[in-house]
Amino acid sequence: MRFWTLLRANLGRHKRRTFLTIASVALALFLFASLRTVVTTLGAASRFGSARRLVVTNATGIVFPLPIAYANRLAAVPGVERVSWANWFGGQYGDGKRFFANFAVDAKSYLEMYPEMQVPADQKAAFLADRSGALIGNRLLDVFGWKVGQNVTLRGTIFPGDWTFTIRGVYTPSDKVINDDAMMFHFAYLDEKTGRQGLAGWYIMEIDSAERAPAIAKTVDDMFRNSNAPTKTGTEQAFNASFATMWGNVSLLMNTIGMAVVFAILLVTANAMMMSARERTRELAVLKTIGFTDRRLFGLVMAEAGIITLTGAALGLGAAKLLYRATNFNAGGFLPGFDVTPATFLLGGAVALALMLASGIVPAARAARLPVVAALRNVE
Amino acid sequence: MPLVEIRDVTKTFSRDAERIEVFDGLSMEIEQGSFTALMGPSGSGKSTLLNLIAGLDRPTSGTVTVGGAVVSAMSAAELATWRARNVGFVFQQFNLLPVLTAYQNVELPLLLTRLSKKERDERVRIALGVVGLDDRLRHYPRQLSGGQEQRVAIARAIVADPTLVLLDEPTGQLDAKSSQEVLALLSRLNEEFGKTIIIVTHDPQAAARARRQLHLEKGTFVEQATAGAPA
Repeated sequence: MRFWTLLRANLGRHKRRTFLTIASVALALFLFASLRTVVTTLGAASRFGSARRLVVTNATGIVFPLPIAYANRLAAVPGVERVSWANWFGGQYGDGKRFFANFAVDAKSYLEMYPEMQVPADQKAAFLADRSGALIGNRLLDVFGWKVGQNVTLRGTIFPGDWTFTIRGVYTPSDKVINDDAMMFHFAYLDEKTGRQGLAGWYIMEIDSAERAPAIAKTVDDMFRNSNAPTKTGTEQAFNASFATMWGNVSLLMNTIGMAVVFAILLVTANAMMMSARERTRELAVLKTIGFTDRRLFGLVMAEAGIITLTGAALGLGAAKLLYRATNFNAGGFLPGFDVTPATFLLGGAVALALMLASGIVPAARAARLPVVAALRNVE
Repeated sequence: MPLVEIRDVTKTFSRDAERIEVFDGLSMEIEQGSFTALMGPSGSGKSTLLNLIAGLDRPTSGTVTVGGAVVSAMSAAELATWRARNVGFVFQQFNLLPVLTAYQNVELPLLLTRLSKKERDERVRIALGVVGLDDRLRHYPRQLSGGQEQRVAIARAIVADPTLVLLDEPTGQLDAKSSQEVLALLSRLNEEFGKTIIIVTHDPQAAARARRQLHLEKGTFVEQATAGAPA
């Protein structure tokens, strides 16, 4: 603190430059935290899933359906306690710009299988009792201003036409990685309006023991191997992770962009620090004449770099944390539970420290090694 | 008793392929409490000698001893610490830090001591009082005249109560009136406060303030004169 006045005076020498450098670092760390949070959110989503739930899809691909008749045969497999199914609907509301997931489910079995979706008992009963009823995530209330009891009409993309549903209930996820802006309605309603095709998008099975998951998955797949619609069965986690991998190697991409941004800002910050130290060559020589040691000058220049980078980092990381939390950001439903994690904070702090070292070490070393007489002679 | 002893000092600089010999076996002594003016033409080695005494530069050979400490044998860190305690240095161009007030500039050497904030405050006010600028504490260098700036620089040089005050052309940038004020101040520091003062100057009036004048030419003392107290 003894040298705080000197540090503050030096930082305030070019207020605009100091502000812009701090702002650059803040922006870099904000972007770093944001990109990193995309990775961690996708990772958390891909790791979500009960070990006692298996997902059965068409072996050809998830876009290909499975016969509804499979439900009874799946339920009869030893170890399977409950079966439910769902179908992607892909409807759009209004101008369709705001995406949200909407799919048809076998309502009763689905809600029993997903206790993570918390629905008030009266709303649950109302939903189950209304064939054209819909259950929506709590976020959709804010997004569209919907209310329970209201009719909403979706425009079908996979299943053409206007589809009107009555909102009967609102679910709140118990885990933040569960999408809270999805809409579910009755599979029976979809099946009826599409001419009773009897096709499900995927099945979910609840089994009695997580240890038996591989054996049960094999039994199921063997059972349908020679049918017209062979199956691919895996854990719910693997199923969720497959969506993450549909994004390609997002993690590598995001980390690469994040580090590129940080590196670009490193050059900006290092340049600012170099300019600042070079402009003060005479002053540094004067300080040495007064009795400031090489080590102390090194420390002072590093401290300036530290104040700039760490202030910028605190602002950038703090802004990311507060902004995403305050806006409840979830990338239009693609990234539920989007939140800067403590690990990202720590990593951002480490990046800021590295930034401080990388940007400060050259001007600090130069200040420490400055030959006093030559420095004074050159500027006198 | 000599405060500064210079023994057989040689100093050579290399500039490109050329070797420039400034001193070749220079020896001299400066008494404690004296006021000495180093004079001579440009390139005679005045400032180099001042830098050697201050430990800002090292001799190629020979020894420089100040107050019993062999300055020429100290490490860079030891020199810095020694300078902070024993030497006050004043430049021709004042060299105040423009982002600091007069008070903060004068306080700089004290930041390197163990003095408390209160003790530092007392010393800074005394130093600025000695140079007659206790009403300019919060002024920045740009708000001061050249003479005032140099007086702040002198206050900075004496605030840590060093034995030795070295001045390199302290009146070189000042008008006649300001020069006289600064020179009077130096005489006062020498006579009233017992500071040993070595001043490098081209100015005969400044040199006349000194009690001893040394004339350097091509690295050798060609003339010495001892005067009485200035008028």
